[in-house]
Amino acid sequence: MKTDFHKKKKLSGLLFAALLIMAVLGGCADSTGESSGDNSSREPKGSVVVGIQQDIDSLDPHKATAAGTKEILFNIFEGLVKPDENGNLIGAVASGYTISKDGLVYTFTLRDNVKFHNGNAVTAEDVKYSLERVSGLLDGTPLISTMSTIQAVDIVDEKTVQVTVENANTELIYSFVAAIIPMGSGETAEAVPVGTGPFSFVSYKPLEGIVLAKFADYWQEGLPQVEEVDFKIVNSADTALMELQGGTIDLYAYLTDSQAQALKDSHQVIASASNVVQALFLNNAVAPLDDVRVRQAILYALDKEAINDFVGGGAGTLISSAMLPTLKDYYADLNDTYGTKANVDKAKELLADAGYAEGFDLEIAIPSNYEFHMQTGEVVVEQLKAVGINATIKAVEWGTWLDEVYNGRQYAATISGITCDMTPGYLLNRFQTTSKKNFINFASEEYDALYVKAQETLDLAEKAEYYKQLQKILCDEAGSAFLQVPANMTAISKELLGYKFYPVYVQDMSTVYFRK
Amino acid sequence: MKYFGKKLITLIMTLFLVSAAAFLAFQIIPGDVVTSILGTEATPEREEQLREELGLNDPPAVRYFHWITGVLQGDLGVSYRYSKNMNEMMPVAELIGDKLPVTLWLAAVSLVFIVVVSIPLGVLWAGLSDAAHGRSGGVMAGAGHILDAALGVVTQAAMAVPSFFLGILVTYLLGIVLGLFAPGGYVDYEKDFAGFLGYLIFPALSIAIPKIAMTARFLRNSMLTELSADYVRTAYSKGAGKRRVMYGHVLRNAMMPVVTFLGMIVAEIVAGSIVVEQVFGLPGIGRLLISSISTRDFPVVEILILYITFVVIFVYFLVDILYRVIDPRISET
Repeated sequence: MKTDFHKKKKLSGLLFAALLIMAVLGGCADSTGESSGDNSSREPKGSVVVGIQQDIDSLDPHKATAAGTKEILFNIFEGLVKPDENGNLIGAVASGYTISKDGLVYTFTLRDNVKFHNGNAVTAEDVKYSLERVSGLLDGTPLISTMSTIQAVDIVDEKTVQVTVENANTELIYSFVAAIIPMGSGETAEAVPVGTGPFSFVSYKPLEGIVLAKFADYWQEGLPQVEEVDFKIVNSADTALMELQGGTIDLYAYLTDSQAQALKDSHQVIASASNVVQALFLNNAVAPLDDVRVRQAILYALDKEAINDFVGGGAGTLISSAMLPTLKDYYADLNDTYGTKANVDKAKELLADAGYAEGFDLEIAIPSNYEFHMQTGEVVVEQLKAVGINATIKAVEWGTWLDEVYNGRQYAATISGITCDMTPGYLLNRFQTTSKKNFINFASEEYDALYVKAQETLDLAEKAEYYKQLQKILCDEAGSAFLQVPANMTAISKELLGYKFYPVYVQDMSTVYFRK
Repeated sequence: MKYFGKKLITLIMTLFLVSAAAFLAFQIIPGDVVTSILGTEATPEREEQLREELGLNDPPAVRYFHWITGVLQGDLGVSYRYSKNMNEMMPVAELIGDKLPVTLWLAAVSLVFIVVVSIPLGVLWAGLSDAAHGRSGGVMAGAGHILDAALGVVTQAAMAVPSFFLGILVTYLLGIVLGLFAPGGYVDYEKDFAGFLGYLIFPALSIAIPKIAMTARFLRNSMLTELSADYVRTAYSKGAGKRRVMYGHVLRNAMMPVVTFLGMIVAEIVAGSIVVEQVFGLPGIGRLLISSISTRDFPVVEILILYITFVVIFVYFLVDILYRVIDPRISET
C-alpha cells in the first residue's frame, strides 16, 4: 500500500510534466506553425470539406427543421426567392414578384432556364406542387406552419404562378424561400433530394456527413466555383480544432472564443453577426419571478459587458429586447433602460421593495451541450450573488431541456439562444400571452393588442413603429434578461477564398474557391 | 452439453431482462422523440402525423410487446431518426450493420496491439523483477532494478491517463506535430480498406496503451507468484534454461488469470469505445449509441444495448472454453 501511494505521487508529477510539455509544444506551434507546415504543401484541389456540428435531421427540404440542416440544404435547394448576404430577399426560381394592394394575392414570374438537378426545366406545375405540399393543400398536413395561410395556387401561364392567401401579412414573403422541388418528388425527396441549387446531392451517411457536387447547369453563370463540397460531421469541439489544424477540414463555423484564439495565426478567423438571441430567460409565472420588480432587479444586477467579454471575447452585440440589431429598420436600441453594466444598488433596492431584501434561491437550467451558454451561466451566477440572489446552475441534456423547459415550462430560469429567421416579427410573435412558443409565460394585454395591430397593417413604416413599441414593452416589463447576439466566429483555411457571411443560418459554398 | 444449455438459458434470460430495463428507462427519462426529430417549429399536424407513424400513441406495454415479438422474429425494427425515403425509415439492422465493421476492426487492431506487446513485455518484466529481487541469478541486479522500477512507473502512468486525454495526446503528437496521419481523416472501409486500417492504427493505439500496461502488470504479478512455486525449482534443477522455464512452464500457469482479464478487455472494446470513437471521429457503434440516446431513437438504442450485453456474455463464455484448453483439468470437474 505504501509503495502504491508513493507511485501515485510520482505519477501525478509525471502527468503534470506531460501537460507542461504539451503546453510548451502548443505554444511553439502557435508562433511558428502557420503556413509553413501542412497548408502550403497541400495539393490544390477542387473539394472543400466543411465541418458541421450535428447530423442532418431530414433531406426533405420541407421537413427539415434543424438550423444545422437548413444551412446545408441551402446549397441544394432554392425557393422562389432566397436571402442574400445582406439579409435581403432576391429572386431565385422566380425572377420577380408582385403583391396585390390588399396583400392577399402574390404573383410570381418564373425565371427562364432554371433547371433541376435531374436535367428538367422548372415548370409552373413544379412550383404549384411544391407550394401545395408545404401549405397542406396537397394532403391536409402543412409542413411549414406560416404557409398554411395559402388558400390556392393557380397557374396563370407557363411562366406565371399566382398564390392567394387567407390573411394579409407583409412578412409572408420570407416564407417563399421554401424549396421548389420537381412535381411528385416529395415521396423520394428523402432518398434522392433534387433541387435547383448550385450543388447537387451525391451521398449521405448517418454520423459521417453529406457530399455535394457542382451542378453544371446552375442558372447563375460562373457558379459554383468548386467541384465538390463535403459536409463532415465533427462531433466534439476539441476534435474540430485538431481537424482544422491538421487540415482535414477547411472551414468550421461557430467556434468558441478560446478556439478562435488558438487558430488566429494558422487560419483566417472571421467574426460575423449571428442570428441567435441569447438570453437569461425568466419564467414569469413562477414565484418570485412573477413579481416584475424581482425581474427588473435581475436585469439591473447583470453586467452584460462583462458577460460578452468573458464568453465571447467582446465580439457579441449587446441587446435588451427581442430583435436582431441587423434588422435595422425594426430594431429599437433599449440598452439604456437597465444599462449594460451592473447597478447593484438599484437591484438591491428593487429586491427590498419586493420583499426579498435577503435575496432568494434561483435555479438556472442550461442545456449542457452548449458550452457558450454554460460559460455564460457561470458569470451570471457570480453577478447575481452580488445582489444577494443565490443562483445555481442545473446542467440538463438537450432532449430534457426541450421537454421540461421549453415545452413543459417547468423551470425558473434558463440560459439559451433563440435562432431567428429573416422575418422581423419572428421573435416578437412568441411573447404573445397565448402563443404556444411563449415558454417564459410573458403576459401583457397591451403587448398582445399591439402585436395584432402590427400584423394587420400593410404599411411597413407603421409596422416598424409597432415593433419598436413591442420591444419596449418586453424590456420595461423585464420579460426576460436579453443579453446579446453572439458573434459567429468562423475559421477558414488560408487557401480558401470567397466565403460569404449571411445574417441567417446559411453556409453558401457556391462562391468559395481555392487560392491559385 | 448440460453446461452449454445452462449458459444459453442464462444468456436469453439476461438479454430479456436487459431489454425490459432499457425500455423502462426510456419511459422514465424526460425527452420526447417527436420534438427531438421535428424541433420546436413544426406544425401540430406534422407532430401528430409523426407520432402516429412511429406508433407512439400506443400504451408502453403494447409497444414493448410489438417490439420484442419483432426482435424474436428477426425483425430489429426501424430507426425513429434516420429515414431511407419518405415512406420508409432506415432499418436498425442496416444502420448498425453499416457501423459495426468500424468498431469490430478497431477492436481487432487494438487487440493485436495488446496481445503482441503485453505478453512478451509481461514475461520480460517478470524476469527482470525476479532477478532484481535476487531470487535467481542476480548478475544484472543493478540495471535490472532500475528497469524494473521504470517499467512500474511507466505502466502506472499509462494506466492512469484517461482515454480521452490519451486520444487527444495521440492526435496532437502523432497527427499534428509529427504528421503521421490526418486528424479526423477517417477513410470509409468500403472505399479504401487499406487506408481505413491505416487510420485505425491511431485510435487503436489510444485504446491499447492503457490495456497493454494493465495486462503486462497483471501478467508480471501472476508470473512472480508462479515463480516462487516448487515446480519452478524442479524445472531449473532438471537443467531447463531460463527461457524454457519462463515460456514453457511459468507462462502457461500464469496465463489463467490473464485470460480472464483479456476477456474483460475484449468485451469492453468490442462493445464500442465511445470516447475514442468520438475523439477520432470514427462512425462506429459507440458514436451511434451516444447520438441515438440524445435523439431518443429508442429502437436503435435497444438493439445496441442488446448487442453489448450479448458481446459481454459471449466473450465470458469463450473465456470459459479457453480455460479448458489451457488447463484440461477444469473440464474434468
